[in-house]
Amino acid sequence: MSFVEYSDLIQDGDVAIIYLSHNNVMPVKVQQGAQTQTRYGVIRHSTDLIGQRYGSKVTCSKGWFHVLHPTPELWTVALPHRTQILYTTDIAFITMMLELRPGSIVCESGTGSGSLSHAILRTIAPTGHLHTVEFHQQRAEKVAEEFKEHRVDHLVTVRNQDVCKDGFGVTGVADAVFLDIPSPWDAVGHAKVAMKKHGGRLCSFSPCIEQVQKTCEALQDQGFEDISTTEVLLREYDVRTVSLPLPDFGPDPESTEEATPAAPPNHASISLKTTTLPREMPGHTGYLTFATKPRT
Amino acid sequence: MADNGDDDNQYRIKEGDYVVLKRGEIFKAVQIQPRKKVIFEKQWIFLDNAVGQLYSTTFEILSGGNLKPHELKDTASPLDAVEAGTDNRNIVDDGKSQKLTRDDIEALKEKGLKGQDIIKKLVDNHATFGDKTEYSQVKYIKKKKKKYENTVMILKPSCRILAMMYHGREPGKICHLRYDTLAQMLTLANIHAGSKVLVFETCAGLVLGSIMERMGGYGSVIQMYPGGGPVRAGVENFGFPAHFHDTLHEFPICHVNALLAGTLDTSAKDPTAENTHEKQLNLAAEKEQNQPEAEEQGSPEEESMVTNTGDDAGQDVEKTEKDKLKEAKVCPALVIASRFHPCPVLLGLLKFLSPSRPFVVYSQYIEPLIECFKKLKECGGTVNLRLTDTWLRHYQVLPDRTHPLLLMSGGGGYLLSGTTVATDHSKPAGSKQAEEPAPKRQKLEDTEG
Repeated sequence: MSFVEYSDLIQDGDVAIIYLSHNNVMPVKVQQGAQTQTRYGVIRHSTDLIGQRYGSKVTCSKGWFHVLHPTPELWTVALPHRTQILYTTDIAFITMMLELRPGSIVCESGTGSGSLSHAILRTIAPTGHLHTVEFHQQRAEKVAEEFKEHRVDHLVTVRNQDVCKDGFGVTGVADAVFLDIPSPWDAVGHAKVAMKKHGGRLCSFSPCIEQVQKTCEALQDQGFEDISTTEVLLREYDVRTVSLPLPDFGPDPESTEEATPAAPPNHASISLKTTTLPREMPGHTGYLTFATKPRT
Repeated sequence: MADNGDDDNQYRIKEGDYVVLKRGEIFKAVQIQPRKKVIFEKQWIFLDNAVGQLYSTTFEILSGGNLKPHELKDTASPLDAVEAGTDNRNIVDDGKSQKLTRDDIEALKEKGLKGQDIIKKLVDNHATFGDKTEYSQVKYIKKKKKKYENTVMILKPSCRILAMMYHGREPGKICHLRYDTLAQMLTLANIHAGSKVLVFETCAGLVLGSIMERMGGYGSVIQMYPGGGPVRAGVENFGFPAHFHDTLHEFPICHVNALLAGTLDTSAKDPTAENTHEKQLNLAAEKEQNQPEAEEQGSPEEESMVTNTGDDAGQDVEKTEKDKLKEAKVCPALVIASRFHPCPVLLGLLKFLSPSRPFVVYSQYIEPLIECFKKLKECGGTVNLRLTDTWLRHYQVLPDRTHPLLLMSGGGGYLLSGTTVATDHSKPAGSKQAEEPAPKRQKLEDTEG
């Protein structure tokens, strides 16, 4: 197992994703002899996981679950939160708009819980590199540890410093920069320095419009071009069959009298397959501001 | 991968390159060919002078359609010294504010005046320009710039640019797949270097090309195609290096049934191989090249087409087989985006996937995906089913004038995504060897919630 390569069988030391239900997904560090408690009973790693195929159904004392191969998307819904994280909808759009691909060199700050980092690493492997900066020491250490466990540490450098003061720790190498910090305008200059002479793409994620405003001004001042701000929202549909009753208008004098007794009296209804939207849904994550650094 | 500053070569436009022309928000993909006329935004252009220049250079279009690098970005706007009003209470729409007539403007254009200068003339001859508010002035100039500025930017193609281009120019050709939806597909299918991806698309090759870009020439893509041969116009536009095309394989969808039927014969002998289907797929492709008549399905005409268009047709058969077997090591992720009813396509092609692999289906309409969703729930073999769409909103961000754009895209299509799981219902051997006797093993009804 690795976050950048599929394998078929679960091995000691892997991170497996336990899929209990739609909204209940948990990561498990697979270790010989270890046990994990779930609401469906205990998982014994040695017998229930190791040597099994990813995608298998595993039976516990009180039920069953599926064990899935880790992907950045599953990790995003399963990971232990240390900060607010970016979710797949935003990540997908960021990845495309930053033009990430195998071989890209990317700078990111802050690393936070590493939700976006894993997605970036998946995309830029095997020849790219991620330089990620996190000013919170404990978070930086924790995420570095995770990268190692997930066997992607060869693709990433974690720096524990303040990006607004000290920058990204690299100069003239990045194809793309991503900022998810409270004051991105303070880091725009550092972003420019980190980027290739030939140019590249930048994205800044901010929840508040005032932050966007200041960031756009800073980008303009630094000579960035093609500045655009977007918001992307996900709607997830519930699929269901609904039954709509038909009203009873009473006997129809027009119709032939013989047919009347045959017609069902009150409980006529039509059922149809349709979708509903949840009563509440995420209405805002953050504004995504993209820009191009021209050749300098 | 360090950037050693002076190495401009890889960023230069070369003859034969596939490039994208850009003006404002309008894109057009073309190939750089000597003395070839290209129409862009109602203008004839010759791209010859672009050769040797750097990508992302802005060019001015001279009379005769030749290009000249537009060096100085004139940031000084023509309104520098103009004063501005505070409101529009005294501005009356009498249709006489602009003293230049249409003929005057045409004459200026004929004279070969630069866009910048025409705008300056328009402003100078505008009676009430000075009464307009500063914001209104900026807006006026922006509008005129769009109309009169004769520049074009030449970009290196990318999935981002081409997806935006197709969505803007020819949405019908790509089943109205909006670029943010395409972005979701690439991520939900976990497309990355080294993966094996099964694709069925009728989006002019845009989806295929985007997948290939994300794989960077590592791994392989098997394109299932309907009809006589795969459509790949969109792939050309990406201008991939030759070795990317070595990772691209194709298989006619009309032979899937035969392929699956063939699998039944041999898979029994090889119970351990989880990739039997995939091997079969390759074997069948091989067989087809050697003896097209042997296949039961498809017209002979189609088959001969296949033989001729096949990427591997001319190659050493033995080498091909080895390559393909190597490639069969892991089964692919599945991506579907077509004008066909997605239900049979999905149910048919899902059979080629290993357990714990992602799949994603695009449809312009939600109803067929509702049907897919129901069918998958009935059949089992998948988890994490999600029926979604995304909503994309652009913002104008300017000092004191920030708001969402007035116009947004109505719909970018729908996605059904999920993960395959083992359909085998036998319990893993290990779980029964618990020391303590398991209490009641009650079956859960539907963990899917």
